[in-house]
Amino acid sequence: MSGHDHHDPGFIRKYVFSVDHKVIGIQYTVTSLLFLFLGFALMMIMRAQLAYPKADFSFLENIFGEAGFVGGTMLPEFYNQLGAMHGTIMVFLGVVPLAVGGFGNYVMPLQIGAPDMAFPKLNMASYWVYFTGGVVMICSFFVEGGAAQYGWTSYPPLANTQPHLIGQTMWLVGMVFLITSSLLGSVNFIVTIVQLRVKGLTFFRLPFFVWAQFITSFLLLLAFPPLEAAGVLQLMDRVAGTSFFMPDGLIISGSPAVNAGGGNPLLWQHLFWFLAHPEVYVLILPAMGIVGEIVANNTRKPLWGYRSLVYSVIFLGFMSFIVWAHHMFMTGMGQSMSIFFQTTTMIISIPSVIILTALILSLWGGSIRFNTPMLFALSFLPMFAIGGLTGLPLGLAASDIQLHDTYYVIGHFHFVVAPGTLMALFAGVYFWYPKVTGRMMNSALGKLHWIGTLVFLNGVFIPMFVQGMAGVSRRLYDQTHYEHGQAVQEWTIASSWSAWLLGIAQIPFILNFFMSFFAGKKVDQNPWKATTLEWAAPSPPPHGNFATEPEVYRGPYEYSVPGASDDYSPQFVK
Amino acid sequence: MSAPVIRYIDEPHPITGLTNGKLGLWLFLASEVMLFGALFSSYILLRVGADSWPDGWDVLNVPLATLNTVVLISSSVTMVMAWVGCRLNNLGKFRFYMSLTIALSLVFLVIKTIEYKPKFEHYEAFLADGALVKGYEGSESITGHLDENDLDKDYILFSPDAVQHGTSGDDEHSDHEKGGEGHAEQIRINRLDIDRLTNFGPKHSNFYGLYFTMTGLHGLHIVGGIAVNLYFLLFGTGMFRSNPAQFSNRIECAGLYWHFVDLVWIFLFPTIYLL
Repeated sequence: MSGHDHHDPGFIRKYVFSVDHKVIGIQYTVTSLLFLFLGFALMMIMRAQLAYPKADFSFLENIFGEAGFVGGTMLPEFYNQLGAMHGTIMVFLGVVPLAVGGFGNYVMPLQIGAPDMAFPKLNMASYWVYFTGGVVMICSFFVEGGAAQYGWTSYPPLANTQPHLIGQTMWLVGMVFLITSSLLGSVNFIVTIVQLRVKGLTFFRLPFFVWAQFITSFLLLLAFPPLEAAGVLQLMDRVAGTSFFMPDGLIISGSPAVNAGGGNPLLWQHLFWFLAHPEVYVLILPAMGIVGEIVANNTRKPLWGYRSLVYSVIFLGFMSFIVWAHHMFMTGMGQSMSIFFQTTTMIISIPSVIILTALILSLWGGSIRFNTPMLFALSFLPMFAIGGLTGLPLGLAASDIQLHDTYYVIGHFHFVVAPGTLMALFAGVYFWYPKVTGRMMNSALGKLHWIGTLVFLNGVFIPMFVQGMAGVSRRLYDQTHYEHGQAVQEWTIASSWSAWLLGIAQIPFILNFFMSFFAGKKVDQNPWKATTLEWAAPSPPPHGNFATEPEVYRGPYEYSVPGASDDYSPQFVK
Repeated sequence: MSAPVIRYIDEPHPITGLTNGKLGLWLFLASEVMLFGALFSSYILLRVGADSWPDGWDVLNVPLATLNTVVLISSSVTMVMAWVGCRLNNLGKFRFYMSLTIALSLVFLVIKTIEYKPKFEHYEAFLADGALVKGYEGSESITGHLDENDLDKDYILFSPDAVQHGTSGDDEHSDHEKGGEGHAEQIRINRLDIDRLTNFGPKHSNFYGLYFTMTGLHGLHIVGGIAVNLYFLLFGTGMFRSNPAQFSNRIECAGLYWHFVDLVWIFLFPTIYLL
């Protein structure tokens, strides 16, 4: 290989069509942060309609044109497009690519001491397929009739009723790209973790973050294909006129649907949730992994119950495949089904509680360093707890009857994903930024970002529990149309203002992210005095990662070992 | 800066006993199992929920499908032989058997096309309540052929198949049995008397929808396999000479994929044609 040592691959090969996992990780991170911002922007527009229904939004009309507004008033169709695309973008284009594609790609090979992923070209393909899927999704806003408007779940028969609108068809095509991307990525992750660990790095010496990525990859690998099958079936329904999801005797806008009938709308829901429930754990497991790393590092103590954490993650991954129908209690699928799925749902809460408990107990007796990543990681714990505990009434069929499809559900899963996962992802950005760029992020701006984000995220989502208990349906375009909605309209307004202020609270982060790249304090290879392998590489790591191949001598979190000279004993130091 | 050296590309990992490529391929196949598993599950759910379901052997072309099964299994055998050619370091043998594999896969696709085509030219008209079509009173639907130029007119000229009272199912074979002379006289049906007019394509019913979706998706996998095999046949010679171990590894992986595609057909054939 020496002939290639000083070969300069050129700008395009090095930064655009790169096969280096670190460049791809950065590409994923930047792209998904942009998508997160886009999804958030869509939501801020929705919040305007929700807080001030049918008010004059002429300033928005000037931006979006006639397609979404009439005389300054937002059209319900446009509102529905915003809602469907907010969910799709946040889940499939924002959080998962950031947590898995971004952090996983960048950090995981470093943490196992590998020079790169097992299949570098496949890794590049995975990113560009994801990128294409994202482009297809965004383009769907500009076609006639606009983007998909049937919710991120795309339930048929509704999603099939307007086959002439190609927004939904583009949504399905975009999903096929995203599924392909995550398939390529997950195969790559699993092979890399199984095959390319350095000498001495046994499975039970793996950092918790790697374990989380490992299980996440299995979920992506095995749960996504059924959604692909469902997507193909719905595509056939829309394009080829089949009726897989169109029941007999369907009346659309007053006239009988012209198709063969005999289809089953519940089939879509089963296939969809077979993906979408494991997807919830795809969203949360990498976040738990990040929090685990940061908590251990900043308490200067080993993680409490490392093995229980690992076993819990494995069990959680397995159980996540058999809880999907708790999303369907209200479909009339039958009581025995509901009982089975509420039982499995109660069982799956056990490993989640074990993980959270272990993370909290890790804090006990530690001399905690309250730096920016730690503040974000610490706030993950109560936020995820609220998200998890508010899920219990939804997981029990009886109480779900009251709460199903209300804002309570929105509040519940956003508490898991937004104040939960997003807090952990921000923590990860602050934690690994010095590794990626060789410079620290500014601490004052970081703390400003943290307090604003924490306060306003709660301001956005706590009102939703109140709305939901009052019975406000999650898909309403104007809740003041109903009396029970009028009663809680102030909460909606509070939630909307929190959302807009949350947007302002991100300004310090954006400034910090770009300014620190040029002006941040330069750091050595291990600024946090951490123990895992990524800190054995220079900051930023060169192509090939390690100057000499590291070897691992101990477990991942050997902090404050009695008798050791430092309060941390890295895995890579004999 | 040296280029990263990734291990276990051509020699297996001492503990797992697998090369990276083979482990990756097995994982990919696991995901494919979930994809086709979801489709088979959909088939079961839709079939048990259906009011009526045609017998596969009655409405589909079983002899052609049987022939296709033989063709596909043979191609799996030639695929193994191509791999053997690699292992024996015999380029001629590899090329011969790889070409044969590709040829057999193309034959499979041609037969599939022959099987698909008549279904798109054969129509069924579901008649509106009370409609009287001369000679066909009491039948809910009639099947036959029509001039496709008529599809946008307000009437159609329909050449019905031989009348089969009491069944509304389609039968390709009845066409062949009748030979050229068999069509009954053309009849003219007013559009208003027709509830739904459809060819025997995917939109005809869920049976045909699943038939086309599942065999179509399987066909796409065949096309993918042909692309991969063609790549190895046309551009593989360099690696065959420079790194025979890795090349035969790749052929083995391509072969694993090919056997999987074959296996899917082994499940598809009885499920759709025979049950």
